[in-house]
Amino acid sequence: MASLSPVTVSVPEAGHGGGSTPPHYGGDGGGPGDGYPDYGRRLRRARLGLAVALAPILMFFVSLASAYIVRQGLPTFDEKSNTYVRDWNPTDLPLAMLLVNTGLLAASSLTAELARRQITRQAALAPVRSIPGVSLGSETGFPWLYVTVLLGAGFLVGQWLAWQEMANRGYYLATNASSSFVYLLTAAHGIHLAGGAVVLLYAAVVSLFHKPIEARRIVVDVTAWYWHFIFLLWVGIFAFLWFLR
Amino acid sequence: MATSAPVHAHAAPQGFIRRYVFSLDHKVIGLQYYFLALVAVFVGMFLSLLMRIHLIWPTAILPGIGEIKPETYLSLLTMHGTIMVFFVLTTAPQSGFGNYFLPIQIGAPDMAFPVLNMLSFWTTFAAFVVLVSAFFVSGGAPLHGWTGYAPLSALTNSGPGEQLGADLWITSIALFCVASLMGALNFITTILDLRAKGMTMMRMPLTCWAWFVTAILGLLAFGVLLSAGILLLLDRNLGTSFYVPLVVVNGQPMGHRGGSPLLWQHLFWFFGHPEVYIAILPGMGVTSQVLSTFSRKPIFGYKAMVYAIMAIGFLGFVVWGHHMFMSGMSPYSAFAFSIMTMLIGVPSAIKTFNWLGTIHNGRVRFQSPMLYAIGFVSLFVSGGLSGPFLAQPVLDIPLHDTYFVVGHFHLIMGVAAIFGIFAATCYWFPKMFGRMMNETLGRVHFVITLIGTYAIFMPMHYLGMAGQTRRYSQFTEVPYMTRLIPLQTFMSYAAFITIGAQLIFLINLFWSMFKGPKASDNPWEATTLEWTTATPPPHDNFGGHTPVVHHGPYEYSVPGAAKDYVMQTDPAGAAAH
Repeated sequence: MASLSPVTVSVPEAGHGGGSTPPHYGGDGGGPGDGYPDYGRRLRRARLGLAVALAPILMFFVSLASAYIVRQGLPTFDEKSNTYVRDWNPTDLPLAMLLVNTGLLAASSLTAELARRQITRQAALAPVRSIPGVSLGSETGFPWLYVTVLLGAGFLVGQWLAWQEMANRGYYLATNASSSFVYLLTAAHGIHLAGGAVVLLYAAVVSLFHKPIEARRIVVDVTAWYWHFIFLLWVGIFAFLWFLR
Repeated sequence: MATSAPVHAHAAPQGFIRRYVFSLDHKVIGLQYYFLALVAVFVGMFLSLLMRIHLIWPTAILPGIGEIKPETYLSLLTMHGTIMVFFVLTTAPQSGFGNYFLPIQIGAPDMAFPVLNMLSFWTTFAAFVVLVSAFFVSGGAPLHGWTGYAPLSALTNSGPGEQLGADLWITSIALFCVASLMGALNFITTILDLRAKGMTMMRMPLTCWAWFVTAILGLLAFGVLLSAGILLLLDRNLGTSFYVPLVVVNGQPMGHRGGSPLLWQHLFWFFGHPEVYIAILPGMGVTSQVLSTFSRKPIFGYKAMVYAIMAIGFLGFVVWGHHMFMSGMSPYSAFAFSIMTMLIGVPSAIKTFNWLGTIHNGRVRFQSPMLYAIGFVSLFVSGGLSGPFLAQPVLDIPLHDTYFVVGHFHLIMGVAAIFGIFAATCYWFPKMFGRMMNETLGRVHFVITLIGTYAIFMPMHYLGMAGQTRRYSQFTEVPYMTRLIPLQTFMSYAAFITIGAQLIFLINLFWSMFKGPKASDNPWEATTLEWTTATPPPHDNFGGHTPVVHHGPYEYSVPGAAKDYVMQTDPAGAAAH
């Protein structure tokens, strides 16, 4: 209840989406409005861009989900009985495998967050490190970025195995409407996740080329938030496919 | 002009490739979009020329083309609609002028994400190339119309153009969706984050508001079209049945079952109707800008205009069902869609009356940008008045798929938006190219195009009421339609003259680009930020500085001010009132 306190000091908290500069939007007189002044502004802009970018991704999946619901309730003409019948045949999902995959993705979301906090801390300490004679020890840091990418790859392999299991059970892409949607939704989600993994790999690789830590931090920060979104999106898709099957 | 840190994300490029081809500069990208749309509009117009020739001389053998068969005619109308809607009406007003002038009008050095901006243009370019390549593959271009209705579009053997040509069409649309999403993301972030000091949202020019709301519409609509297109590709190539029910073609079952063609219609029109406003809203913004500037009056009801843009944007998302009254939807749904559709008339009327209020008692300067803006209002009203007719199911059912609908949407969405492009071209040409366009050629072009447009599209309403169906390649031997042939002939001749007149615009554009008289920095005595900077603007838009804004965008005829306009950056003007 900050508003009840006589003095409230708001400090953006590193590692909690606070950023390094107080938020001020262009046009309100609070900011210089000069475009590209510092990494703090660039980080905020990148986060804003990500937030905006999530809208069409959500719309994409919502439209597929609405198509799923419409198709599920749609009667189909049956030429044998010459009547309209319900032909929705739920796909026999490999639940155990999907749960394991969900666990992998949850773990990767956690490691992505650790990577984000790690690089935020490194970026904050970078100016101190550059002072001659100042040493902060040899903090190499655990490679959370690589672990995240590995777990993400594990999730994708797990999804592939789940597809194979579905195929073993007789559910292919064009078997029926339900299986078409299952393959489509999981594939679309996998592609979005793979995109995030490529960006994380990029962030890891550019560290080898001595890119400024602040620039890398922006990439890792935004991708980590994206990764969390992809995890939540998967939970939503999984629940949708399971409970509305 | 107050100053602050002179910074820019990327230095001015030196080489030709980085400067003019893979440029990160929003101004160059804006021009790239503009010229892409210019090429597209002439391709689209050429296709319409062929259609108009075929409609009155159906057996004519055209040099280099031969006889236009019915399926060729369908391909022509498909490609004409697709090119015009996506690569002209969506590309030029939003991506072209928006890219060039949005950052400058809000006082920013560039778009928020310049690399994304470049990617967006080149993806659009690739989409155009893929689309046009459909003409040159086996079977030719698709014939399912720009709306791509299933199952015609979902079956590879439903017509000669429905093989590879249709796949290319869908791929092109998907690429265009991705490009538009990147563009919309950039526009929204730029407006929210890069406005100069003092440029509050309610001090933004109405052009920026229009680009902003258009970007939001694109952001929410193109993702849906993308998903719809992917389902279509799967149906066509991987045997799924999202859109295709049990279908038998030439005695052969197609192997699909259970799909719903109406699903495509819902998904398509959920995108398709906002697309109408994606095409027209930027034109509304430019018209507001030009009417105020050339009437030497503040825009009438600035806040009402902003709220009207928002209302149009919102309502645009809840009316898609009015395209589907014939689909057998529940009368209750039809009633709801009908009411919501007619509600759009309210903010549209607010805008129209405010435009008239802006001109009223103004010291109007009838220069070519103003003429085109007045033409926009005229066409918007003429096309808009038939909207409430089509919004009512009881009237839409007999008029559906007739020329009445063709006349309606060409006037309000097609030509009105094109007049917005003309107005924007003439208005901003001095800033973009540092020279003035030829006024005489502009006036001649305006008069011929306005009269020609009405001559082409107004009779379509009568044809529609007389029962003439659209998309038919030949009607010369249909008894009840033969009586309408003189009107069709008149429309075709009007089209020939109007299309020919576009060469005047083209000549004016390119001649003025190199030979026009030099323009001053603010030839129209306008107030917004683009007129405070050099002509053409430097790489970082404001020569190492960023402007500080003190006023709204339409401070004309301010009592006590030294001149009849006060620039947005003028601190002295602030003291004057």
